[in-house]
Parts: sequence; C-alpha cells; structure tokens
Amino acid sequence: MRWLREHFFSSWPSALTTLVLLFVLFEALPPFIDWAFVEAIWTGPDASAACRAARGEGACWAYIGEKHRFILFGTYPYDEHWRPALAMLVLLALWGLSALRRAWRWWLAVVWGCGLAAIGGLMWGGFAGLPYVENERWGGLMLTLLLTTFGIAAAFPLAIALALGRRSTLPVVRALCIGYIELIRGVPLISLLFMASVMLPLFLPEGLSIDKLLRAQIALILFAAAYLAEVVRGGLQAIPRHQYEAADALGLGYWSRTAFVILPQALRIAVPPLVNVLVGFFKNTSLVVIIGLYDLLTSVKVGLQEPAWSGFGVEAYLFAAATYFIFCAAMSLYSRRLELASPGSSWPPARAAGS
Amino acid sequence: MRAIVAVIVLLACGTAAAQSTAQAVRSKGYVQCGVNTGLAGFSQPDSKGVWRGIDVDVCRAVAAAVLGDASKVRYTPLTAQQRFTALQSGEVDILSRNTTWTLSRDTGLGINFVGTNYYDGQAFMARRKLNVTSAKQLDGATVCVQPGTTTELNLADYFRANGMSFRPVVIEKLEEVLNAYFAGRCDVYTTDQSGLVAVLASRAPNPEEHVILPEVISKEPLGPAVRHGDDQWFDIVKWSLFAMIEAEELGLTSKNVEKQGSSKNPSIQRFVGATGELGKMLGLDNRWALEIVKQVGNYGESFDANLKPLGFERGLNRLWTQGGLLYAPPLR
Amino acid sequence: MKRSAKRAAIQAAVLLAVGAAAWFLVSNTLSNLEARRIASGFSFLQREAGFAIGESPIPYSAADSYLKALVVGLANTFRVSAFGIVLATLIGFAVGLGRLSPNALLRGLCAAYVELFRNTPLLVQLFFWYALITETLPPAREALQPLPGVFLSNRGIFFPLPGSVPVLQGFNFSGGAHLSPEFAALLAGLSIYTASFIAEIVRAGVLSIRRGQREAAQALGLTPAMTTRHVVLPQALRVIVPPLTGTYLDLTKNSSLAVAIGYPDLVSIANTAINQTGQAIEGIAVIMAVYLTISLSISALMNWYNARVLRR
Repeated sequence: MRWLREHFFSSWPSALTTLVLLFVLFEALPPFIDWAFVEAIWTGPDASAACRAARGEGACWAYIGEKHRFILFGTYPYDEHWRPALAMLVLLALWGLSALRRAWRWWLAVVWGCGLAAIGGLMWGGFAGLPYVENERWGGLMLTLLLTTFGIAAAFPLAIALALGRRSTLPVVRALCIGYIELIRGVPLISLLFMASVMLPLFLPEGLSIDKLLRAQIALILFAAAYLAEVVRGGLQAIPRHQYEAADALGLGYWSRTAFVILPQALRIAVPPLVNVLVGFFKNTSLVVIIGLYDLLTSVKVGLQEPAWSGFGVEAYLFAAATYFIFCAAMSLYSRRLELASPGSSWPPARAAGS
Repeated sequence: MRAIVAVIVLLACGTAAAQSTAQAVRSKGYVQCGVNTGLAGFSQPDSKGVWRGIDVDVCRAVAAAVLGDASKVRYTPLTAQQRFTALQSGEVDILSRNTTWTLSRDTGLGINFVGTNYYDGQAFMARRKLNVTSAKQLDGATVCVQPGTTTELNLADYFRANGMSFRPVVIEKLEEVLNAYFAGRCDVYTTDQSGLVAVLASRAPNPEEHVILPEVISKEPLGPAVRHGDDQWFDIVKWSLFAMIEAEELGLTSKNVEKQGSSKNPSIQRFVGATGELGKMLGLDNRWALEIVKQVGNYGESFDANLKPLGFERGLNRLWTQGGLLYAPPLR
Repeated sequence: MKRSAKRAAIQAAVLLAVGAAAWFLVSNTLSNLEARRIASGFSFLQREAGFAIGESPIPYSAADSYLKALVVGLANTFRVSAFGIVLATLIGFAVGLGRLSPNALLRGLCAAYVELFRNTPLLVQLFFWYALITETLPPAREALQPLPGVFLSNRGIFFPLPGSVPVLQGFNFSGGAHLSPEFAALLAGLSIYTASFIAEIVRAGVLSIRRGQREAAQALGLTPAMTTRHVVLPQALRVIVPPLTGTYLDLTKNSSLAVAIGYPDLVSIANTAINQTGQAIEGIAVIMAVYLTISLSISALMNWYNARVLRR
C-alpha cells in the first residue's frame, strides 16, 4: 500500500497524472491488443483473402508467415538455406564471444578473421561440393547482419588509424584526418550511398567494375570509420599522461607504446560508446533499400508490392521494427551494463552517432 | 577487410587491357540484361519465375546471336531511377526496359539507343466515376507519376501548354505507384499507353472502373540501349533487333527457319548464313540470325506471344509493308 | 635536426601517397566521362527543369531552372527540419522530464517511449507512418472529419486557416492549409525519433546537477516545480545545449531520408535532376556541399557559444 502511494500517488499532480494515464491506457490498449492478437490472421490456407476480409479489424501476420524465408534469406537458392542459417549462427557466436570481457585479447582479432572467412566460404561456396552462389542473391536479415559485421570489422582498423592520426603531432597527417572525419560526419549517409553506387564506377579504370553490394559496403565502412574514430579518440584522451611517461621510461617507441600500452586501455574504455555506434550502424544498414539492395527492410517491403498483399504495410513495418528492436535493445542493454560495471570511466553520455 | 584486399588485387591485375563487352559476355558466358521490375508484356517474371516479354526477347536474341543459346541471360530488375546508372556503371550489358529514345538521353547520359522495338505514346488513366472524357478536363487533378521518366516531363509540358495545373505524386517503384493509384491516393495515372493497357489487363482489381482517356500526348519510341564507347556491341544489339523485324518481313518463323537453307530467295540465303559473311562482319557466327529466329522467333511471334494476350493491337508496330513503322535496313 | 627531417619526410610521403591516389581517381573519372560522353560542368543548372514539384513553399513551375528546383528542395528541407526541431524539442523535453518524475507510471511510460523509438531505424519508422496515413485513411471523397473544417484522408490532412476553409471541389480540397502525407509522415517520424534522443540528453543534463543544489533550494523554501524552473534547468541547459545542437544537426541530415517516401526535399530533387541530366557528380557534389555548409556553420556557432559560456 505504501509502495503504491509513494510511487503513484505521492502528490496531487502525481495522482492526477496516474489517473489520466490509466484512463488513456484502458482506452487505447484493448483495441490495439484486439487488432494485433485476438482478431489477427496468423496462418491459413487462403491467407491473403482472409487478411483482406479482416482488414481494419485484425492484423495480417500471415504476410510474415508467407514471406518468412524471403525475409530471412532473400533470393538465396531454396535448397541451400542451411548455409546462410549456419553463417548467421557463426556470426552471432562471434558477436557473443566479443561481448565477454575475458575475450578482449589480441587473439580475438584472429578469431574474427577465421570467423569471417568461414562465413564468406559458407555464403559464396564454390568448393567442397558447395554450389557457388553469387552475392547478388544474398538478401534479407542475413544481408543486414553481414553488412553490419563486415562493415564494423573493416571500419575498426581504419578508425584506429584515423584517431591516432588526428592526435598526431605531424600537421599534414592531422589535417588530413580532421578533414576526412569532418567531411564524412557533415553529410548524410544517403549522399555517401548515392556517391558509392553512382560515382564509384566512374572512379575506376575502364573495364573494372565492382558489384552493388561491395559499393554499398564501402560507403558504410567509410561512414562508420569517421564516427568510430571519434569514439576511439575519446578513449585515447582518457588515458592519463603517466601511462605515456611510463612507456617512455621503459624505452618503448611510438608504435610499441601505442600497440601494447595505450590502445588496449583506450579501447576498453571506449567500449560503451562503441556499442552505441554499433547500434546506430546496424540501424543505418536499413538505408540500402534506397539504392536497391535486398536487406531485411527491403525484403519486407518488396513482398507488399504483389497485388495480393498490397495494403498491409502497417503490419509489415511493425514486424521489421520489432526485429530491429530485438537486436538493438539487446546491444543497448549490454552497453548499459558495461557502463555500470566500470564506474571509473568518466565518459559523458554518448551523442547520437548519426543515428 | 577482405573486400578492400579484393579490390586492391583486382585493381592490380584488372587494369591491363579494357575488354570489349562482346569479349566480356563470351568469357562470362551470359548476357546481363537490365529489365523492368515487372511490366506485363514487356518484362515480367511469370508464376514460375521465368522472365517473359518483348524486351526480354531482345536480350534473348542477343544471347542467341553471341552465345548460341537464348537462355544464357541473367536479368537485373531496375526502376526508372536506377536504369541509366546501371547501364553506365557496367552493371548490365543491355538496357532493355521500355526506355524512350530522346536526344538528351542519347547524348548526355553516355548511352546509345540501338533502335525502337515498340512505338508508343503517353496517355492518362482515370476512374470512370470522375466523369472525365478528355485529358483537357483534368485541371487541378492529383496525378501519380514515376520520377526520372519522360512521362514526368511530358506531363508538366502538357498541363502548361493547356493552361492547367496539377498536383504530382511522385513514387519511384512501379508497384507502389500502381497501389497508390488503385487506393485512391491520386485521381489519374499516366504512363505510356502500352503500360496503361498492360496494367488494366493484368493488375487492376476492377478493370471496368477505370478508363484510358483518348489523348496521346507524346511520341514514345521505346527501345533497347547500350553504353557509349563500344561500337561492336552496339552493332550486334542493333542488328539482332533488325534481324527479328526482317525475319517477319521475309516470312521466317521459329518453325520454318531451319529448313530455309535450301531456299531460292537470295535474301533468305544471306539471312540464314547459307551465303555471304554477314555474321563474320559482326564478329559472330554465320548462323547468328538463324539462331535468333529459331530460339526466340521473329518480331511478330514475340509480339503475339507477349502483347496480344493482353489486348494490344499492332497499330504503329506493324511492318512498313502493312502501313506501320517497323522497317529494318537490308541485311546485306 | 634529424628528427625534424624524419618528420618532414613522413609527411611528404603521406602527401605523396594521398596525392597519387587522388590523381588516380580523378584521371580515371575524367577518362570515363570522356569515353561515355557524359556532359560535365554546372551549366545544366541554368537549363529548364521540365518537371513539376509536389509541394513548394516558394512559387515554382516546370519552366523554372534546375537551380530554382534545387532551391525549392532546400526550402522544403528547411521547412520540415524547422517544424521537426520544434516538435522534437517539445516532445523530448516533456518525455525527458517525465522520466525523472516521482510518478512510477509516467516514468515507465517515458522510458518505454525512449527505448522503443531509439532502437528502431528511422527509415522503418518513416515507412510505418507513411503506410499508416496512406493505407488506413480513406480517399478524399470519404474523408474523416473529426473537427469541423479538419479533414483526414489519404491525400493528406487539411485544416482551416483564419479566413479560408477547405472545401471539396472537383478533384481535391481547395482552401485552408494542407499537409501532404509525405510531409506529415516525415514530420511525425523525425520528431518522434529525435525526441527520444533529446529526452535522454535532457535527463542526463538534469541528473548532472548535484543533489546539493536541489537540497539548498528546498532549504530556501522553493517547491519542487520552482526548483526545477529556476535552479536546475538553467544550469542543466549549459550541459544540454551542446549535444542538443548536435541532435538538431542530425535531424536536419536525417530529413534527407525524404527521398525514400517521395517528399521533395533537396536530396530528392537532386536525385531527379541527376536522372534527367546524367550529371551524377555535380548533383552529389551539390548535396554534399549544402549539408557540409550547414554542419560546419552549426559546429562553428557551437564552438563560439561554448567558448563564450566557458569564459563566464
């Protein structure tokens, strides 16, 4: 009773707020639950006709059921679906392993290299009896995860180089790094994606061409590297001077000091905001729908174009939102736990990194 | 990381000699064809996922001529906004996507049109219950249109010329713009007349509720295009299209062309490669035109298989001998 | 001397490498443009645009130049960004302060709001709002009329202005003010999404004020509301304003997603111009230059403001 009073009715305005909110919830929630769960069409033989009949009264989740393979794997050949499924498990295992504090050693990079090679081998095939599947056919949730993973893996070394370069005492190097970072952070991601998909072919010599997936991946890598560089720089700034002095006293040169003393500590400090950048990056992969790549959002959207399923956009996008939410919320929770576990870090609340 | 290494390796060894498109097609073993995302009669996958349409047949003809097998084609569905970039960047070898041949596109975009495989014009479609009988009654209407098309420009020109105003609703994907029109988001839908007929026949939930207005407000010669800078490929695609038209003129069909080696008509003899070196001049096998007609058919067969079931009339797309505009230069 | 020679050598090497890479890219581009005979240069900006634009705050017709069309796009970007910033700030402050309320229900709901909208991509949210407006609202002739003079249909939201009332005439409503579905969806998506970030910034800002301040105010006899208004907020604002400006900048950049739902903002119109003229490089350069100018000006302003505040 006292708990109730303290939390919900502690003062007149508070009590009024509680009553108003409860009223709003009671008015809004039951119809929503009715639409989303009770009257919804989940499966059935003639699903699209049933959905049409229940228009406005029940949600059409059958659309997701019908298209779930396409949403997960895109146009990957039907019989080979075990390959992207296995690749997804390897990918999630890689991420899971990286989340453990104990794994933050140098051999993590080696594990990542092997993991990525395994994923590439599974997806492309072409050896040991696995038929070759060209990357035009990769799509769906698989592609979103791949874009994020390869993107961050490639952007990370570039970001470290940029952060070190920005703090360098050589004016030319510093100017180049600052110029790159400010340029990329000042423009919207969509313009970089357009630039990559339309202009990259012009930058290459005649006869050489790179496919659309690689172009989009390059744009995402360049974008992520600029934001990651700022996060790494923040971590570098947090290293107290005496670490540098101690390394100097031990006789370590610039590169040894950076690689063995400064970077490991800086990266550990920077993990919470780094995870925030990762969350933003995962959300940003959804923009490839605008240049025609078949990621999770595109596959959910494309199915709507069939006349049988047109008009169910609300259900489709709610599902897409829920999927992204599960991944992003998990990552955000992890980041918050990390922050709480290391109270010594004086890192300010992370800025919305391009969102 | 692997991607960057791959690019560096490719750059290192790929910078040598530029390959011509015909060589590239031969070495990779298929023709990459840029088509519509789904326009009935022109390029659309059927229920089994097989692409069909007269634009598809152009690519199949080129594959038959160059590789000897009309099935060696891979299709890239492209929206109107993506199509020119895809061709310019090398993503596709041929753009066969009901694209209107205009001066600015032929010169400023870096592409070459090889000819016309469908003579068309732009028209309007509206709901019957709006009670409009002519496009001149559309002042103040909301019009659905796809961006990056001549449709968009002609629409603005027409309304300006007639002193009318309109509200454009610009939606990129064909399916989405159709959904928007049928949902009542706009009053009028405009595209090439062929597109309107195709949509009424295949996509409209209630075809009798809509009417195509009589005015044809522009010339829309639709045809395939290739990149600038590769004359041999340009010739191959151009003459593949002409071969299909000439075959109809000569009376050659997919059924009877194989037996024409013994024909007394010198034109037919040259066509099937029994005499002359037409194939060699193009850099192809002498049976190139025969393979086209045998595996894909002549223009009339392609039209009848794809467009006639949707209710299309030949109209302007008859042979010149029958009063239409289809005229192939002599194959000699 | 040896050390500075080494430094100079390294810098020269870096410059050489970057210069070589740049030369490689530029020469390839020039030769490719030449081979494909794609036009270049900015003279296309004087050419007639030829296409109509759905909504424009300044008068525009298809006979105007590409330059005017791009200016219309920029005006549309500013329009949606300005309204978005105002709405997002209002919602963000409300939700942020709500998360600090003693009422647990309000706290929980605000926390749920922040978590929900921060962890979903903006593009998905935009598509959702757009689908909601165009699929669930009826066609213009059967428009919903929740209030007299206010019409909701899948052609947009119409409401009266002093002096003119929307009336169904011919094809569309005329009179009154009109929010197109694209604008409404973009505004809703941008505001609600950005508000979730602003809420967190506000909360962190208020939390950063030491408890001692609040207790001192209480000792002076101020009520909690007065404490918040006169003691906490002014100090919190100093912490809030820098990241807040960053968020406003992000909102302006995010408005470029308008191209995905057909709202004619700068990126959308530049995209159409690129498609009609084939001049991709010039078009993208314009987009990037405009956004870069906006970003750098806001950053410079922020730095000046920070310096002024820190000097106090």
